[in-house]
Amino acid sequence: MKNRWFAFLAAAGLAFAISAGTAQAAKEVRIGFIAPMTGIFAQIGKDMSNGFKMYLEQNNYKMGPLKVKFILEDSTGKPAVNVRKAIKLIRRDKVHMFIGGLLASTGYALAPVADRNKVPYISPVPAADDLTQRKIPKYFVRVGFTSSQNSHPLADYAYDQGYRKIVTIGADYAFGYETIGGFQRQFEARGGKIIKKIWPKLGTKDFGPYLPQIPKDADAVMTLMVGPMSLAFPKQFRAAGFKNPMLGGVTSADEFILPAMGDEALGYVTAAQYSAALDTPKNKAFVKEYNKRYGKMASYYSETDYTAAQWIHLAYKKIGWDTSNPLKFLKALRSIRIDAVRGPLYIDAYGNVVQNSYIRKVQRVSGDRLGLGVKPDSLWNMVIKTYPAVSQFYKWSPEEFLKQPVYSKKFPGCKYCQ
Amino acid sequence: MISLSLSNVIELSFNSLSYAALLFLLASGLSLIFGVMRIVNLAHAAIFLFAGYIALEFYNIIDGTTSIMPRLMQLIAWGIVYFAWTGLSRISTEARACISLLLAYVVLEILSTLLFGVRLYEYLFPTIAVKSVQKINFFMLSAAIAAAVVMVALGGMFIERFFLRRFGQDTLAQVLVTIGFAFILQDGSLYTWGGDNFIFEKPWPLNASTVIGGISFPQYRAFMIIVAVVVAIVLFFGIERTRLGAIMRATVDDPEMARGVGINTNIVSMSIFAIGALLAAIGGVVGGAFFGVYPGVDFEILPYAFAVVFIGGLGSFAGAVVGSIVVGFMENFGTALFPELSYFALVAPMAIILAVKPTGLFGKG
Repeated sequence: MKNRWFAFLAAAGLAFAISAGTAQAAKEVRIGFIAPMTGIFAQIGKDMSNGFKMYLEQNNYKMGPLKVKFILEDSTGKPAVNVRKAIKLIRRDKVHMFIGGLLASTGYALAPVADRNKVPYISPVPAADDLTQRKIPKYFVRVGFTSSQNSHPLADYAYDQGYRKIVTIGADYAFGYETIGGFQRQFEARGGKIIKKIWPKLGTKDFGPYLPQIPKDADAVMTLMVGPMSLAFPKQFRAAGFKNPMLGGVTSADEFILPAMGDEALGYVTAAQYSAALDTPKNKAFVKEYNKRYGKMASYYSETDYTAAQWIHLAYKKIGWDTSNPLKFLKALRSIRIDAVRGPLYIDAYGNVVQNSYIRKVQRVSGDRLGLGVKPDSLWNMVIKTYPAVSQFYKWSPEEFLKQPVYSKKFPGCKYCQ
Repeated sequence: MISLSLSNVIELSFNSLSYAALLFLLASGLSLIFGVMRIVNLAHAAIFLFAGYIALEFYNIIDGTTSIMPRLMQLIAWGIVYFAWTGLSRISTEARACISLLLAYVVLEILSTLLFGVRLYEYLFPTIAVKSVQKINFFMLSAAIAAAVVMVALGGMFIERFFLRRFGQDTLAQVLVTIGFAFILQDGSLYTWGGDNFIFEKPWPLNASTVIGGISFPQYRAFMIIVAVVVAIVLFFGIERTRLGAIMRATVDDPEMARGVGINTNIVSMSIFAIGALLAAIGGVVGGAFFGVYPGVDFEILPYAFAVVFIGGLGSFAGAVVGSIVVGFMENFGTALFPELSYFALVAPMAIILAVKPTGLFGKG
């Protein structure tokens, strides 16, 4: 009995192997996608993979003559698992590239895997600055953003509003340091003063220890919150009687959590490379379609992955659908300019995307003004100012920018702290 | 190291007390279950999270964003399962009834999928689309607490009756069963309600703050303190001053003797487990409006609940009160004064207390 089972399994395995072999013979591009599908980041992972899949489905899983084989792997949100899944995708599935990752630490973990195996890694979400600044991997392109990319223009905006004394409060880890650091550097370069820097622990639930430290007379607070912290902070901040205007990094009020926010978020000004309220025909079509398919508001997680798929498509088109040479593919990816959902994009010499930075203000939109069939009176990140073609180095030259160390808890130091 | 002004100290103390109140709601249930039943309930924080989600669904049903139909269908489906099981277990052993029920389910599932395109598991385990509700009044909050408390208490009785009771005082088995339920509840919530982060709006007048002498006191924090004080008083008098409390204490001190004088210790154990779960549920709904309901909050908060019971002493009521105040203050002042050492500021005093008095401040034995 047992032997028969083994024989059956072996036969089944052989059949699989043969079918896999014939599939490889047909012209096909295999794309590995790594995102958390279980665990606490599961919903973000679904937003990511849904964005990517939506593009593939709209094109019937075809890029020109190439058939797309999309292989989704669950990372559970842990860097070590990400690496294991990437290696599995490379060795077993023989993918032509892999995409994904969520946390900055994941980006740092996956990039060496790409270089070692000579398989391109395209990063739509992990934003750690140094991946495209001081420690650039060869087989790596970032189509998302660097942590500090949107902070520099936001600082300009804040200064132009007449704010001079700002308190920062940012999650105590690399993404927080880089977002807040970029803001501080540009804000102080213009002549503003950061009078206090507060670093709540990642995953802070009760901001009780931090709120009393915020001076009530600050012109504004600049926040960088992630996940559930983004929901809890504005509520507790306003409940504690603070009236100061709020500024924030990408994740402080992005569309992933905006539907769960209330009146406390009104007037929150954040900077990001995308807003679901972007008033362009392309974006309206995207948000509408995404909402129809998945019953959710499109977030930057879905947009950036949708755009990544589009980018790959166009790169293959440029090199005549040749899947044999990864370096040729990467070169094409870096050289094209694309007109994406979020605006015009291209890759700089360091492998990071140059894109518009949108200053967005949380407002309640009465009725279905945007024509998206969404419940009236929802909160939207209305775009109030656009900084066009913002690079990761902003107004500095790359050489000048790279002379300073990467933004950290210690850099830039707090000169004006009381 | 940051210097604090007097108003900072007052504000921080108020915040510490409100945080301690929330911790007390969580830790008192944990401590009660351990003190009375000698069970370390690792699923306690998952129950806390689950209650938050139940409240969220309740708000959605009242609001009209979600239909109650899937839940009614689920009730009917499980009713059928229950009757089938009781029927089968009457003619055979429980184990055989379980296995045959499972087999019958698999066959039925395949048949219904093939013949009618109906998937039975969608009735047994429905997924519910929920949204953050923006308008909540005081009545809705109280009703949501009541709903969550009832559901969770029933669930707690179920876990005790069908799982924990089988293992008696086998600590390892208890730990495995409760951690198993922690994962089941966690993944079950993820499956049922999805992984989006939610936070409840607070009803008037809890969404504002009172300013006294230039210091603002958020009213919701005051509300948390009041809830905890009320719960503490009810618990204290319930356990120490009533006949029911005496029965409970008798069951703890000498179960055999208690059975001898005619106390049904099985029902007492079940009720105690239910009360413990109920306390977690109150914490879950109250905390849901404060820091949100989202996957992962359970395992984030569990260590704090354990810190409270270790410092206060496992199973001691006074210990739970003092322990939560100690942890609340250490967490707030430690984080404000030594932001780099905030975990250390919490754990170091705990280590010292345990070194001097291993049973905790009020622990027996």
